[in-house]
Amino acid sequence: MNIETTAWGAIFVVIVMALVTLATRLGGVFIMSLVPINERVRRFIRAMSGSVLVALLAPIALNGDIAARMALLTTALMMLWLKKPLPAIAAGILVAALIRQV
Amino acid sequence: MAVADAALAKIDKALVWAGFKQLIPISVFVAIFGAAFGLAASQAGLSELTILAMSMLVFAGASQFAALDLWGTHIPLLTMMLTVFAINARHLLMGASLYPWLSHLPPAKRYGLMGVTSDANWAMSLQAFNHGRPGFGILLGGGATLWLFWVSGTCFGLALGSVMADPKSIGLDMVMGCFLLAMVVDVEKNWRVLAIWTVAALASLLSYWYLPENSHVVVGALAGGLLGMIWEEPADEH
Repeated sequence: MNIETTAWGAIFVVIVMALVTLATRLGGVFIMSLVPINERVRRFIRAMSGSVLVALLAPIALNGDIAARMALLTTALMMLWLKKPLPAIAAGILVAALIRQV
Repeated sequence: MAVADAALAKIDKALVWAGFKQLIPISVFVAIFGAAFGLAASQAGLSELTILAMSMLVFAGASQFAALDLWGTHIPLLTMMLTVFAINARHLLMGASLYPWLSHLPPAKRYGLMGVTSDANWAMSLQAFNHGRPGFGILLGGGATLWLFWVSGTCFGLALGSVMADPKSIGLDMVMGCFLLAMVVDVEKNWRVLAIWTVAALASLLSYWYLPENSHVVVGALAGGLLGMIWEEPADEH
């Protein structure tokens, strides 16, 4: 189902996003009160929460221009080196900006 | 399951206020990320009301950035729900990890506390419990701090976005991508994790090329999740 982004359509999507997020916040405690979450399910959730971001980024990296690709590469390398998100993101944006100036 | 000390589950005004103050330093960074979100969201064409409502009601950075990627004149609702769920599913594990102490509270307090749970206040609250100190003041007070700074940061980013002439020329179209990539890389790295990412990326690209539009995020998340489920973690990862 596609929702048209009229003013109310957009707010409707935001409310649905909020409810899904609330369900994840309350769901862990609710499930635990019924049955303990086992190790296989924990592994699935941990692997999935990283994989979803990778899956989102893969086509962006593939279809992006040189500036976009170099920005992502810079952020990844800076994260491996400094392990701090803020400077890594800033460096990525800076690289994209510099490439687009030439 | 460890039986937790009921006394540690106490919560009063002094503890909440202490928690509020304890999370202020880290919240400065949260405000900067909030500004980045406000900026990226205004570029993605969301109205100011929508952006503000999202930060106030969803209050989960990575999933909000990801939503921008799916935003357009039409939004695929089911894909949006599955993407938001997959990114925020880690909250399920946060709730489960706090259950030994939450189980001492009446349901209303229990679920109320989880409603403001985010990465930073959860981590500090769990740390407090593990050191034998009460942690729910940190969860509630710290949650309020994080929410305030996240929403204020979003407002600041919105204001910034409205005066920006050509955001793309200064690289600001990459805020979303770089933010999400930094979140991906910010975990323990080993061959198992690398394999999971590779499978997620390949599954995503294959469905991007051959399956219906917007299915790649969900397919990639499931593929990576399933590999993670069948491949046990090395013992030292805990």
